[in-house]
Amino acid sequence: MADEYLEVPPELSRNVFLTTLDTVYNWSRRSSLWPMMFGLACCAIEMIAVAASRYDLARFGMEVMRPSPRQADVMIVSGTVTKKMVPQIVRLYNQMPQPRYVVAMGACATGGGPFKEGYNVVSGVDKFIPVDVYIPGCPPTPEALLYGMMRLQEKIKRQSVKTVPWYRKERDDIPVPVLGPDILDLRRKEEIKKISAQLADSEKYLERLETKTTQKA
Amino acid sequence: MAQAQSAVATESLPYNDVIPGAVVGRDGEALIVNREKLLELARYLRDHEGYDYLSSVTGVDNLTHPKRQGVERFEVVYHLYSTKRGGGPLVLKARAPEDDPEIPSVVSIWPGADFQEREIWDLFGVRFPGHPNLRRILLWEGFNGHPMRKDWKEAYYEEEHKPYSSRWPYGHYPREEYKYPWQEERAVYKDNLVFPKGFDPDRWQAPEVEYRLGQDIYRELEKLKTDRIIVNIGPQHPSTHGVFRMVVALEGETILGLEPEVGYLHRNHEKIGERNTYLMNIPYTDRLDYINSMSNNLGYVLAVEKLMGKVEVPERAKYLRIIMAELTRVLNHMFAIGFLLNDLGAFFTPALYALEERELILDLFEAASGSRMMCNYMRPGGVAYDVSEEWVAQAKKLVFERLPRAVDELDYYLTENEILLARTKGVGYLSPEDAIAYSTSGPVLRGSGVPYDIRKVEPYCIYDRFDFDIVTEDGGDVYARYMVRIREARESLKILRQALKDLPGGPVIGKKKYTFRIPPGEAYQRIEAPKGELGFYLVSDGTANPYRYHVRSPSFINLTALGPMCVGHKVADSVGILGSIDIVLGEVDR
Repeated sequence: MADEYLEVPPELSRNVFLTTLDTVYNWSRRSSLWPMMFGLACCAIEMIAVAASRYDLARFGMEVMRPSPRQADVMIVSGTVTKKMVPQIVRLYNQMPQPRYVVAMGACATGGGPFKEGYNVVSGVDKFIPVDVYIPGCPPTPEALLYGMMRLQEKIKRQSVKTVPWYRKERDDIPVPVLGPDILDLRRKEEIKKISAQLADSEKYLERLETKTTQKA
Repeated sequence: MAQAQSAVATESLPYNDVIPGAVVGRDGEALIVNREKLLELARYLRDHEGYDYLSSVTGVDNLTHPKRQGVERFEVVYHLYSTKRGGGPLVLKARAPEDDPEIPSVVSIWPGADFQEREIWDLFGVRFPGHPNLRRILLWEGFNGHPMRKDWKEAYYEEEHKPYSSRWPYGHYPREEYKYPWQEERAVYKDNLVFPKGFDPDRWQAPEVEYRLGQDIYRELEKLKTDRIIVNIGPQHPSTHGVFRMVVALEGETILGLEPEVGYLHRNHEKIGERNTYLMNIPYTDRLDYINSMSNNLGYVLAVEKLMGKVEVPERAKYLRIIMAELTRVLNHMFAIGFLLNDLGAFFTPALYALEERELILDLFEAASGSRMMCNYMRPGGVAYDVSEEWVAQAKKLVFERLPRAVDELDYYLTENEILLARTKGVGYLSPEDAIAYSTSGPVLRGSGVPYDIRKVEPYCIYDRFDFDIVTEDGGDVYARYMVRIREARESLKILRQALKDLPGGPVIGKKKYTFRIPPGEAYQRIEAPKGELGFYLVSDGTANPYRYHVRSPSFINLTALGPMCVGHKVADSVGILGSIDIVLGEVDR
């Protein structure tokens, strides 16, 4: 196959392999994904268990957990994302160099989980940062986390150097949310301003609460 | 109104002969205290009656309690114990009306009230005049309202009580209009958000936060002038055991002041718990201290059983509870030692040894309950599932052969290690008096030489049947706490050996498995969890849901002592001291 395009001397034909740039590029990236050492809640304990001897994340080249976001490739959001914490998470995400991946580990990071209704809980980290792989479970077993990381590797395998976003000029950083009276996503500023102004007129918010309670009775 | 009724009987109430007019009534076992006289009475109780240990301070909002209409709205409940005499609690209640929610701070008498009063201010909006640092603790400055008040509704609010009438099981709703929309679709902001009316994001200015960081000391070291600098450790830091932040004031490398900043994992456990039924709360307690879910279950179901009155627990279930709780303690102490070494710089190797044994214990938990970490195993009146013969054989093998060797191994490699000694001896000293005053518990208290173990002083379950010792160390430093953990793991194994040998047959839960009636009343049940005193305070109004549900978490209150312990040490030691307290953020922030 190869010698149609390139002259390979016969003594080298058993030593030189030809492949596409994408394959090499993706193979090297996915074989040494460095997760960020960053635990939020219960799931972090299972993440530690995955890094320990029985499950051994090192088999996948992922044992190098970096505490610094500057050296990390993948952020495992392991636990409940609270409103007080989300500015830090977004900031860490912005500090990670491209290419960067996010794994939402467990029910809480995926959609709020058992704590979804809580007043300080963000219903899923994907409200703020883009997520590549979701892992269900509360907490996911170590096997589930390993499977999730393997799915991420498969995802990386399918990317092409021609289309990946990180060689483009524009940056895709996310504005860091502000801790106001509640968590304030700056991308939704206008919308929030509009709804709050309407509330002042008709007090719809309170009305809604009252109808709900009367309906039950 | 309540005060007027009880004014007649004031003479017969205790302590009124010493401090006239201090106690104005009784509410069950609790004494209702006139808030003007609270400090005076508290000082008397500490100095003359020996109530030196303030276990728990919590707030109750009486707004919708059917039996407490006409009573002042806010109530602060104090649970006092004596470390010298042991025995049951003295419960004090101070009440404040809605328009003047102020109760004098008892921090000057029991410094352990510091964080707890801040929590009440944060969640209930009760002010504590005299508190040195009354800021929000779990939420942030500027948050909209005080969420644990009964009239504060969250964005996803549906009804007061679960199960919600709108939910159809498995989506089998009979008519199309009964289909309920997602919470995001219903909420006003299409998200979990509550803003005040007319909120304008452009004009928002965050309030200034002042930290309590000790005095400025400017010192001329020969020609070198040093300045005080403030360093933030966390919330994303490899040594803070999760999302925990320390604000540290340094001069050179010496710590002048340290203030813990928590709440980054505040998951509204209590608010959700008050909407849930009693049974629904058991899986939530798993997620408090997520390393020891079994002992959290145990504490909660004991509190519910106390509230229910007389509950017959089958003999086999009693033993299984002890076995699970003590396995958890071994697991936790090995984990804590592994990660203490992690913090001291022995990165991950000791932790790997600890985790190896953890996996074996988790296998047992998984076989018994179906889940590795979140066991959800205990029930009021017993335990959820029985264990098989093979399980018992496996547990015996682990407890009689493997775990004692594992503890010995840690002991052999670490206890005499020169680096460990250099890093831990004399670091983070806490005197016995301070340990009691700061309401610390568990290995921190016993590491300061105070022989106080709830399994002995106020026995619960069947701990009085087993032979074991209270472990104390006199050092009061990080090393002493480490030694307490090693020796306590051995004591736990001793209990486990006895319990596994005597494990009787029979059922594991009575007939009333899922439905039980809770009479109105209140209960405070504390257990000796691996990290310290874990207490559950429940107030029932006779419905299927707890009216008030409070968790007295050991990690949270042990953190009160972190600042004083760190002052004067180097910044690198603060991480080791934190590791020796052994916190879990799920429990700190709840």
